[in-house]
Amino acid sequence: MTEPAVVCENLRFAYVKDRPVLDIERLEIARGEKVFLFGPSGSGKTTLLGILSGVLTQFEGKVNVLGREIAKLSGSERDAFRGAHLGYIFQLFNLIPYLTVVENITLPCRLHAERRGALGGVSLEDAAKAAAAKLGISHLLAQKVTNLSVGQQQRVAAARALVGAPELIIADEPTSSLDYDHREKFLELLFDSCKEAKATILFVSHDRSLMHLFDRQLDLAVINRAQTVATAE
Amino acid sequence: MVLLSLAYHSLKNRKLTTTLTVFSIALSIALLIGVENVRVGARQSFEGTISQTDLIVGARGGSLQLLLYSVFRIGQATNNITYESYLKFKNHQAVEWAIPYSLGDSHRGFRVVGTDENFYKHLRYRRDRSLSFASGHEPRGVFDVALGADVARALNYKTGDKVVITHGVASAAGRGIQDHNDKPFTVCGVLNKTSTPVDRSLYIQLEGISAVHIDWADGAPPMPGEEVPAEKITKDTVKIDQITSFLLRNKRRIDTLRVQREINTFTEEPLQAILPGVTLQELWRTIGYAEDALTVVTFFVIVVGLLGMLVSLYTSLNERRREMAILRAIGAGPGKIISLLVFESFLLTVAGCVLGVGLIYGASFLFQPIVEEHFGLYIPVQAPTPTGLIYLGAVLAASLLIGFIPAWKAYRNTLSDGLTPKL
Repeated sequence: MTEPAVVCENLRFAYVKDRPVLDIERLEIARGEKVFLFGPSGSGKTTLLGILSGVLTQFEGKVNVLGREIAKLSGSERDAFRGAHLGYIFQLFNLIPYLTVVENITLPCRLHAERRGALGGVSLEDAAKAAAAKLGISHLLAQKVTNLSVGQQQRVAAARALVGAPELIIADEPTSSLDYDHREKFLELLFDSCKEAKATILFVSHDRSLMHLFDRQLDLAVINRAQTVATAE
Repeated sequence: MVLLSLAYHSLKNRKLTTTLTVFSIALSIALLIGVENVRVGARQSFEGTISQTDLIVGARGGSLQLLLYSVFRIGQATNNITYESYLKFKNHQAVEWAIPYSLGDSHRGFRVVGTDENFYKHLRYRRDRSLSFASGHEPRGVFDVALGADVARALNYKTGDKVVITHGVASAAGRGIQDHNDKPFTVCGVLNKTSTPVDRSLYIQLEGISAVHIDWADGAPPMPGEEVPAEKITKDTVKIDQITSFLLRNKRRIDTLRVQREINTFTEEPLQAILPGVTLQELWRTIGYAEDALTVVTFFVIVVGLLGMLVSLYTSLNERRREMAILRAIGAGPGKIISLLVFESFLLTVAGCVLGVGLIYGASFLFQPIVEEHFGLYIPVQAPTPTGLIYLGAVLAASLLIGFIPAWKAYRNTLSDGLTPKL
């Protein structure tokens, strides 16, 4: 566990040729670290997350996530890797609308045998119950997700990101649709759960009121040498 | 199968479009199988018009013509055959039974057929069904007439009514060449419906045909006052000279070709014997174009049904970009996205097929008696024909292929969207 969770070296990315959105000399995130990544709109936050999660692949340079060279993985290997080792939380609308809460939480484990294997023999139901209990949504398991409030939906999303103990949690402004009290509460729950799983958190937000809760704060505007204001976001 | 269950839940979530799509597919499947069943039913009804008859014998001429006037009561015989020839073959050692027909008279547009008791005893249709009487009995006297079911219903006749037959085949308006007014017949019975041409004729004895013409000379009616009164005519006083055709059943099927050859090479008068099955098939081929046209139309209906599904899936994709991004984020690759969409169209089509087949069999079961009653078409409620099964398989295969179109679009969307759908 000595190697870092994320290493980027000379990372460059452009949606349109000659108009780089990202140009990062070096970025390293240690295992178990809680990192707050902020920056103005268009500074390339979402693009960076896309690269780290293996969805955006047309980058130059070296990107190593959890000990794997992203560029060297095939498309399906990247998908499998993401499914098995990453937890992803969106800003909003995280859930598949036609599944129940418990079905949403267990979906990554049902799609990926490796992630399911990480449960270590615990049944899907029990794993979902455990994750839900940590996030205080046990009473919602059988609900349809369309009946939930935004805050409840985000917790379900967190439960799904955490189930099967992925090593890296990527959260793309998951709290921006919550009011302040709920944000702190949400983060508390998220941190507790991650601590137990020894997961690394990369948390993206432009809401700096939360940044003191993290181990490290990264200003993307500083580490990103591409100064163009892109339209990616 | 996670994706199959996802596809199922996704469809269930879009209840209205799913229901409508399944219904439109179901209706086109029902139509396809329905047309196929009607086609088979029509063919079976047609081929079942006459069964257990080995040969139809008449004067030499076209074989189709002989079949048409003997079985379907369409058209006229160009020549009659002598009663002696008929008796000769009726009593042939290889022959089990023979049913004579004497045609040429009519009643208000319906043919009058002179025949004998063998007709009621031996005639079979639709494999092994025999004739039976709804009321009354078969003709026993010279001036008795039994009615086919359609005749009785159309003319509202019942047993005991008087019927005057017309010389030659008259139109329904009743303007015949010459009515046999002097010798009216009495309805002695009405046959049960058979849904074959039997229903559209009147049946009298061979002697009856001779009796109404007994006083005719050289094809002309008797002068007024010279008629032979009906009451003077009995079975023994009339002589049967000729009949039009007869049906033949051999004791052993294997003798059929031999007897046919014997009849065709009969030296005393020019006769011909035809195999009804072969000639029926010949006839079906000439009138079978309609079924092809029907099948073609049905295929277009299926295409429309599947296109409807394509449209509903394709248009749903924009609303589902977020869903696809979520699936991508939790590690579903393009292959899985494609499979999901293909499964959805497959599930829709399977549901449509099941519902459609259910619909058509329910409908056949419910409406079979009505269709038989009104159209004389007996549609058997039977397991799907091999052709029907091939159709179903082809539709399912087509749905898989069509499913790739929205699947490909979804795949393109996920590639351009990544994890941030452009909404």
